[in-house]
Amino acid sequence: MKTSDLLASAVANTFRSKLRTTLTVLALFIGAFTLTLTTAVGAGVTDYVTKQVASLGANDVFIISGGAQANPTDGPAEYDPETSTASDGTSAGPLAAGGALTEADLETLSATEGLTKVSPVRSVAFDYIQNGDGTKYEFTANPASSITKADLVAGEQLSSGSTENQVVLPSDYLEPLGYATGEDAVGQQVSLGLTDILGQKHTVDATVVGVAQTSLLASGAGINQALTNSAADLQMAGIQTLNPRYAIATARFDASLPAQDVSALKQKVVDEGFSVQTIQDQLGVITTVIAGIVGVLNAFAIIALLAASFGIVNTLLMSVQERTREIGLMKAMGMRSSRVFALFSLEATFIGFLGSALGALVAVLLGTALSAGLAAGPLAALPGLNILLFDPASIAGIIILIMAIAFVSGTLPARRAAKQNPIESLRYE
Amino acid sequence: MGSNLIIDAKNISKSYGSGANRFDALKDVSFQVAQGESVAIVGKSGSGKSTLMHLIALLDKPDSGALEVEGRDALRMKQRELSNFRNKKFGFVFQQFFLTPNTSVLDNVVLPLKISGIRRSERKRRGLQILANFELESKSAKKATTLSGGQKQRVVIARALINEPAVIFADEPTGNLDSATGGVVEDTLFALNKKNGITLVIVTHDEELAARCDRRVYLKDGEIVPSLSNKKVKA
Repeated sequence: MKTSDLLASAVANTFRSKLRTTLTVLALFIGAFTLTLTTAVGAGVTDYVTKQVASLGANDVFIISGGAQANPTDGPAEYDPETSTASDGTSAGPLAAGGALTEADLETLSATEGLTKVSPVRSVAFDYIQNGDGTKYEFTANPASSITKADLVAGEQLSSGSTENQVVLPSDYLEPLGYATGEDAVGQQVSLGLTDILGQKHTVDATVVGVAQTSLLASGAGINQALTNSAADLQMAGIQTLNPRYAIATARFDASLPAQDVSALKQKVVDEGFSVQTIQDQLGVITTVIAGIVGVLNAFAIIALLAASFGIVNTLLMSVQERTREIGLMKAMGMRSSRVFALFSLEATFIGFLGSALGALVAVLLGTALSAGLAAGPLAALPGLNILLFDPASIAGIIILIMAIAFVSGTLPARRAAKQNPIESLRYE
Repeated sequence: MGSNLIIDAKNISKSYGSGANRFDALKDVSFQVAQGESVAIVGKSGSGKSTLMHLIALLDKPDSGALEVEGRDALRMKQRELSNFRNKKFGFVFQQFFLTPNTSVLDNVVLPLKISGIRRSERKRRGLQILANFELESKSAKKATTLSGGQKQRVVIARALINEPAVIFADEPTGNLDSATGGVVEDTLFALNKKNGITLVIVTHDEELAARCDRRVYLKDGEIVPSLSNKKVKA
């Protein structure tokens, strides 16, 4: 029997006992449906977090802090007077990893081969933002924003090389400041007010270059290096502390380097007594948590599929029993056992395909509607979050997985069919 | 023995079960079929006639003895060759028809062609042609289960013939039919034997049907009854 005929026969045979096929398909449908949705939730949340965390830094940036803590999850490092540095513990958030950095540390880092543009992250406290003579609003700048990639809704990213004072506004500032859309705000001048350490009020003007999606992790507006520097200088009121300390510094490296070279470079910085992280390292912790949650959800779907696979075994065993004579006849007429095996395995695989394709399709349709509904309603506070993200590759993967499970389940009944003796089968009443 | 022997079985035996349950279905039977003849294997149920047919039709293997088909040693053929041989050279007609229900008459008839891997269009052409020969063309799209008994058995014969076999094995071909339709089916089979030279091996307990064959072999308790059988093979 030719393979195309075998395939056509398998498809036709599955539709011969419709009720039985429907019930088996239904069991697989539930598994495929669940798996598609849980995977989509995982992908949606991961995508959201990736975008959010990407707003913490670009991919060619090391975030360096004092203290040789290679990994923040490894527990406290032992105190060593040679390398350990004092930490004030005030720097919070994902960017805080170790002790403070001194000017000497920055020089060491600048001298390190492979690192360029080493600069301390200076925190600036603004009092307000104002558009012309409009109402003043409280304003917070993200200290790390000079190295970030904002999740933009309009305009462009901050320019680290520019001498112009630039600001990227969170989208929820648009309306209060009197801009109808993000495009209206781009290119406009705003005034930022701040108080120096002596209590003197100052204002700095800045150009809005972009509007960012409101972010969960990187709170506050983005300001470029030029604005940070001029604001920080104003804030210090011209007073130079003898031994300034910075929570973190950033350094750029060649993003085109292969992974092992990046690791070597990281190790070199660690050996010099610093703690270093790339954006991927920071993402790692969060994605691990998400992967864990999605893994648990997927486990439930797999259990459903496991139950469904027994359904396939049962369905096909019944089918083999029912078609004993037909199998005997085909074998008497010269159909080889391997082809009989292939026929029944294909039937199982086709049942798997039906169940998984239908399950995935319905999950996509329902999930898309659900996702839109959630984004407009309960999840409106998290703009940019697409709770269900359907990835064609993972859907194809799920369908193939279920077809593989169905095939494996089908091998037992198919073996039984293939082993049947044509005479015994023809005698079977 | 001439080269025109299509089946040559020498001293074949077959038993089922073991120990106290051992049942010798066939004991040391020698049996030949020449090209183009019609042979009846006659016997009561349990006489071993079906077992003999299964063995010479290569559906089963004897425990001992020698078996040649078309001059080839059937006992040394691989499974693949056996399947191929049955598909190309043999046609089967069974008492219970064994038509696949819920499948069209045409699909039932072309099943052997499908198994041998012939193209769909070619299958349809040959299937319709053979159904036309049996005046069943109008039924080709009907489900096999909707036919009458006589029609069913003619569909089965059409199916047995579609691969242009050398031998047709018929196991009680008229057993499920009334005498009128049974007669039509008999006429069809013997016409194929006479006109097309297809060798006919009929297993039956019906003396009248057996009498129409060139030769009769009687089996009793797994052995040939020499006094009743025409053992001599027609040259």
